Amino acid sequence: MIKYTPSTEVDFLVIGSGAGGAVMAKELAVAGFSVVVLEQGPWGDYGHEQDFNKDELNNRYPDPIDALMSDPNKQRNTFRRNASEKAMPGRHTYGCVIGGGTVTYGGSSWRHLPWEFNEASQFGTIEGTGVADWPVSYEEIEPYYTKAEWEIGISGERVNTPLMAPMSKPYPVPPLPMKSSGALFKVAASKLGLTVVPNVAAIITVPYMGRGACINCGMCSGYGCQVKARSSSAVALLPIAEHTNRCEIRANSYVREISVNDKGKVTGAIYFDQQRREIFQKAKVVVLSANGTETPRLLLLSSSKRFPNGLANSSGLVGKYLMTGNGGGATGLFEHPLNEYKGCVTGAAIVDYVPNDTQKRGFYGGGRMTARGFTTPIEYGLGGVHSTATWGAAYKKALIDQANHKLAVSNFISQLPVETNTVDLDPDVKDAWGLPAMRITTTSHQNDFKAMQFFIDRSVEILQAAGANQVWADQVSDSRGGAHARGTCRMGNDASKSVVNKFHRAHDVPNLFIVDGSSFVTGGRNHPTMTISALAFRAADHLVRAAKAGNVNI
Amino acid sequence: MSAEENSRRQFLVSSMTGISTAWLALNWPAVVRAQSMAHQKVEFAFFKPEQAAEIDAMAAQIFPSDDTPGAREAQVINFIDLALVTFATDAQPIYAQGLLDLHAKTKDMFPDAAMFSALKPAQQIQLLTSIEKTPFFKTVRDHTIMGVFASPQHGGNYDKVGWKLIGFEDKLAFAPPFGYYDR
Repeated sequence: MIKYTPSTEVDFLVIGSGAGGAVMAKELAVAGFSVVVLEQGPWGDYGHEQDFNKDELNNRYPDPIDALMSDPNKQRNTFRRNASEKAMPGRHTYGCVIGGGTVTYGGSSWRHLPWEFNEASQFGTIEGTGVADWPVSYEEIEPYYTKAEWEIGISGERVNTPLMAPMSKPYPVPPLPMKSSGALFKVAASKLGLTVVPNVAAIITVPYMGRGACINCGMCSGYGCQVKARSSSAVALLPIAEHTNRCEIRANSYVREISVNDKGKVTGAIYFDQQRREIFQKAKVVVLSANGTETPRLLLLSSSKRFPNGLANSSGLVGKYLMTGNGGGATGLFEHPLNEYKGCVTGAAIVDYVPNDTQKRGFYGGGRMTARGFTTPIEYGLGGVHSTATWGAAYKKALIDQANHKLAVSNFISQLPVETNTVDLDPDVKDAWGLPAMRITTTSHQNDFKAMQFFIDRSVEILQAAGANQVWADQVSDSRGGAHARGTCRMGNDASKSVVNKFHRAHDVPNLFIVDGSSFVTGGRNHPTMTISALAFRAADHLVRAAKAGNVNI
Repeated sequence: MSAEENSRRQFLVSSMTGISTAWLALNWPAVVRAQSMAHQKVEFAFFKPEQAAEIDAMAAQIFPSDDTPGAREAQVINFIDLALVTFATDAQPIYAQGLLDLHAKTKDMFPDAAMFSALKPAQQIQLLTSIEKTPFFKTVRDHTIMGVFASPQHGGNYDKVGWKLIGFEDKLAFAPPFGYYDR
């Protein structure tokens, strides 16, 4: 595998190796450019078939060197509901390993629907929000969705319905089993006139591109896939980048600054290696793909005389319009065993409430409905039981009665972009490297609470129609951070109202590209990964053409 | 069944009050193994024997043995002892201080009692209810549940009793249909 010295000016330095960064690294390396990928996480100890085990404890409490997620005690962060509060220690985490969040995510890979790119034109703006059209249309992105699905390896079924995005080509791999949750969804759907479709997932159900099929082991979302059937960036894309012998992937590399020269161009990045030595890697172009929360933080950490308010932040919008996604639903108890712990976490979805129906419902919003039972025994025993007691005979009885009979409808619901929902630097708290910690400030728009209540009510209805003996409705609760962060470096044509242009180049910096969930203008239905990857394929396509012509100023 | 096994069975039935004979019959070989292990002189890695008895008694109230096996049958005490010298070394001070506090609380509430584990079940529940919000209790509660449901290689979930309680089949791979409704 090729190794570059830090003083070698590589063509591209990619920060982050998840859904956005890995696509960029692979496309740029295959096109003939020299690439260094900096990933703060380790290589990740999973997917070694000879060691295959389903030990929940070892996987929940891995040695730090094998952890797959960030650690709030190291990647410290603080949280507050609004700017008048003092932020308290937060528990925001994200995928932190080669492959980023794609290593541990549930795998849902839904496209945005065409109208999710121009909601302001279609449904109007909403007071107190930054709802705006994207500078790109579905038609422009469609070929890149197809490319992403076929190159990454996505399973699903092309269903001819306005409730799913139109596709120029079917999915490359047949869908996952529907499970008992899917069968019960179908029972409810036939009574309520709803539409059930198989999940669309980055999990292969037949051998594909040299990888074996999913064995339905059940230790899925939250865990590294032991048989490499989950099409994470780490197994589907980065090996191709490395194989070019032009791409070096450096794990355990924590970037603290993107450096600029006096002409206002980036020159590379300074990072801490595993021994906490500071290293400057020189590069012609920097691609920032550190996720919707770390990307704005790194831009704010990279302030300089030339960019006193943070890099690429002349609009003042770096870190603003944070969307982390809302949820809420209900849980039902069924007579017979569901065995949802077998197979992947999501087998099917109800898609009727994905579109807006502002006139009928009286609010903006929509979401995708999925269902799941308990997946792993310890997690279930510790926190999965509906019971007022938390120990003793009553708790044990509830635990046994509910196990394997309980199904939770979990919904992926829209969240509006609000300017005061932000990622910035905490003035007091430092991370384990001595850098200002990330501070998250967020309160959902009033409209979002109505959307959550709507989905809780629909979930109750569906569980009852499916024959549940008992139903517990969730309480409406606001999001606090976590995966799926979007919106914090929004794209647009107007440099005063956005951070990057339609090809992901920073308006302020000609050789800086920002390619991850932070580019989103509106949030979609809280299933962002496939759109991040498709946008990255599109950005890479344009960047490769520009770079080959000798000028990345696209 | 030999005379020796018979007497051992009688001992078990009398010592495991509340366990149904139907369950015992079903799980007989496993119970014999578990009981023989429990009666061996066990070297604990972290606990002194009298400390182990206290934590074992707490675990037995947190996840009791009734008509189905509980923390005792799962040998949760072995799990916790091992955890405290492996992945949960951070919790050692919580246990060390918690055991002292438990002793003081026992003396305070029941002056005649020597140890928490010597209290009657109702007294134990009364005492634990009074400390259920403490970090010590919450830690023992979580470790007890983990000990019931973690892979047996970690010392608890003896003979997979925890997994059997919740219908969790221990296999590496599955094929659909998975449950009742997708048949």
